[in-house]
Amino acid sequence: MFTFILKRLGEGAILIFVVTAITFFLTFGAGIPVAHNILGPSATPEQIASLNADLGLDRPILEQYFSWLGGVLHGDLGHSYFTSEAITSSLIHRLPVTMSVVLVSCIITVIVSVLLGVASAARGGWLDKVLQGIATISYIFPAIVLGVVLVYVFAVTLKWVPAIGFVPIGESFGGWFGSVILPAIVLAIGGIASLAAQVRGTMIDELSKDYIRSLRSRGVTERSILLKHALRNAAGPALTTFSLMFIAMFGSSLFVEKIFALPGFGSFGYMATIQGDLPAMLGVSLFSVGLVVVVNLVVDLANGWLNPKVRVS
Amino acid sequence: MTVNEVTQPLEVSAQEMKKRAGAMKRLLRNPLGLSSVIIMLALVLLGLLEPVLSNHDPLFASLQHINAPAGTDGWLLGGDQFGRDIWARVLTSINVSLISAVIGAGVGLVFGSIFGLIAGYAGGRADAVLSWIFNLLMTFPSLVLVMVLAPVIGSTYQGMMAIFGLFLAPGIFRLVRNLVQGVRNELYVDAARVAGLSTRRILSRHVLYVVRGPVVISTVFLASTAIGVQSGLAFLGFGSTQTPSFGSMTGDAFANIYTEPMQFVWPSLFLALLSGSLILFGNAYRDALAGPQTVAAKKKHRREAPHEAVTRYEPDGAVGGGLLKLRNLRVSYPQPDGSEKNVVEGLSLDIHPGEIVGLVGESGSGKTQTAFSILGLLPKEARVAADEMRLAGDSLIGVSQTQMRKLRGGVISYIPQEPMSNLDPSFTVGSQLMEGLTKAMSKAEAKQTILALLERVGIADPARTFNSYPHQISGGMAQRVLIAGAVASRPKLLIADEPTTALDVTVQAEILDLLRELQGELGMGVLLVTHNFGVVADLCDRVVVMRNGHLVEEGGVREIFHHPSQEYTQELINSILDEDTVRMDPPVVVAAQAGGKE
Repeated sequence: MFTFILKRLGEGAILIFVVTAITFFLTFGAGIPVAHNILGPSATPEQIASLNADLGLDRPILEQYFSWLGGVLHGDLGHSYFTSEAITSSLIHRLPVTMSVVLVSCIITVIVSVLLGVASAARGGWLDKVLQGIATISYIFPAIVLGVVLVYVFAVTLKWVPAIGFVPIGESFGGWFGSVILPAIVLAIGGIASLAAQVRGTMIDELSKDYIRSLRSRGVTERSILLKHALRNAAGPALTTFSLMFIAMFGSSLFVEKIFALPGFGSFGYMATIQGDLPAMLGVSLFSVGLVVVVNLVVDLANGWLNPKVRVS
Repeated sequence: MTVNEVTQPLEVSAQEMKKRAGAMKRLLRNPLGLSSVIIMLALVLLGLLEPVLSNHDPLFASLQHINAPAGTDGWLLGGDQFGRDIWARVLTSINVSLISAVIGAGVGLVFGSIFGLIAGYAGGRADAVLSWIFNLLMTFPSLVLVMVLAPVIGSTYQGMMAIFGLFLAPGIFRLVRNLVQGVRNELYVDAARVAGLSTRRILSRHVLYVVRGPVVISTVFLASTAIGVQSGLAFLGFGSTQTPSFGSMTGDAFANIYTEPMQFVWPSLFLALLSGSLILFGNAYRDALAGPQTVAAKKKHRREAPHEAVTRYEPDGAVGGGLLKLRNLRVSYPQPDGSEKNVVEGLSLDIHPGEIVGLVGESGSGKTQTAFSILGLLPKEARVAADEMRLAGDSLIGVSQTQMRKLRGGVISYIPQEPMSNLDPSFTVGSQLMEGLTKAMSKAEAKQTILALLERVGIADPARTFNSYPHQISGGMAQRVLIAGAVASRPKLLIADEPTTALDVTVQAEILDLLRELQGELGMGVLLVTHNFGVVADLCDRVVVMRNGHLVEEGGVREIFHHPSQEYTQELINSILDEDTVRMDPPVVVAAQAGGKE
């Protein structure tokens, strides 16, 4: 178990290193005229050269990379070219917004998917149709269309929740919930489509296995067979799907934040990219990959714990 | 390798080809499939004819037509908040979406299938490395990276889709790799290789053929994903403002949604039509590939299999003192073509208390189906009917699942054939054995009962086995565990389905001894399902011989052994005698024979 964790952590570190290195060399090597963008079209070549020197952009690219990497190891992601704010603190400020939406969405997704997946594996019939319906809707209407429709119906027309903005959870729980529930639902629809289908499929596989028949032959109740035995054995593959889905949700949250005007990662990354704010762009990609690594590690650990063959040895 | 064996794969391919051709026909006959194709073609046509169908350049802004309503002269869908022609922009957006789909799905398809073919066909180290890389690629936060890298590739939607396509590749990679691996292991590729076909020909002829259908379906879904992502990126404002697209249109319309909600509806509608037709096409193609049976199978699908009484059974006077009484049992399964396949046809059977009855027949004779129908454990789609089916005098016909469950935890129990797969891998042996007992007694009592039983069935360290997971115990131990579980409720009738077939020869004898001892102690009636007359001779009082769902003959073991009335029974008996002959041969001769065979 211990070597298993070490191995996964090692793989995660490699992934972070590779992705940030690629991003660094692609963005810094692309010749984006950063100083020109900051100073505007009327800047003289002297001004541009002096700003480049200030930002360290005149140094060889490898030197720039290692100085950036050195900073990262000390938790310093550099400063924004445009606002001079520390990237680390900007990201930490925006973290609660994106995480609120993604986590609420995950909770909805997991609960609904397990209920729907288990029920339709056990009963089939109209529940299968509901599941197919959700999947079809999520494929046909991209997140942006669903998001706008929900805003229009629930925020603009019915006025149940505010259309835009974020309320921190410390300020008012109801306000916070109202501000994240619609974006969370938009993300959850796509998640439910894939996770519920996965749960249904694995549950059907498990329910047709020999051990289920043996349990039945000893008079074990259907409820226990479904919710204890089959679900427990189906949990592993479902968790793996969940980790992939989490990454997809995090990506889609960038779109959804824009619709609901949430000051999260998406708007930060968007501004950074539009402006060509290289340290901010790198910060966003480093942070996203780091998040993916953490989620995958947690899911791997949970999978290891679920599987007695890994846990006991 | 004979000529016949080599030509066989070609016949298979010909059949496959016919199936594929049929799939296209079925797809077009399916109303959803046909309409998806029509909508898709219509949209492609609209996009291609954009210069002819629209009166204005999609970028041209007319101040007179700001927020013009739909149907204004020459402005079919009206103007947006900048006075641009919505119809012209919708048509251009169709093209942008289609190009995005082709680039995104195309890059994913090419990368995924090339490396998937290599990994699946080469196997070994190449497979391990490629699988590792693609697994990593799958976990990348693709949207964030596409966003961050957008300025590098000049922020065109084509460039962004090319990058995004790389992140779509792992899905295709895994699909192709698994399919190719499956095909590679199949006999006919071996046959083709021996026949001297080059690797390239094997790949193109056999492998690509099998892979094609699933890959087409996945690619269609990837195309729809690419369209969604492109529109999302454009909605955010990525890509050139000079390129109209559904994303930028919905983005503009969203800013204007308080005043002109209809401006949002048009791009959404066409976007939904485009992705919707792709998805419906994918689904319809999948159904069509699955063959014609799915529709019929769905119609015939049954969820419950209660014991059905077809004819009236006799009043209680006919019960007698039997433990199990079975009259005219029939088990059938609905077939794809609507007919019924009978697996048990009119079997009658009696078991008296304390009697061991062997149910003998080769595989497919219906003996296991008979056993499961008594237990009420047949799959849901099975149809069971009998004139009479009584356990200890109580009719089992029309009994609810709940009542059946009470019987199973009590008077009737079951020992399976394959011990390892019959234990839930996620729970300890003890916890799963206790589960059936805890409704009758406390947890502590149940634990004591199970521990005592584990000792009784010959497990050396009951406490340790109790806390073990199934993967930690041997097959023989697992079978002892399952026997302990089966007798825990002190059943009156024990149904053992080939209880020794999956075990080592030495363990087989021990398990049979154990069964005999337990039967004596508990006075159970036993239905022993087996194909082995040796086991019957060892254990049974009476024997029932089945073939193709029918009863062949029945009688006392001695009687049947010495005077089988049917030739089939004699064959079954002979087969066990042959085994004995082999076993009695001196080892040297056996070795020589084995050597001679090779």
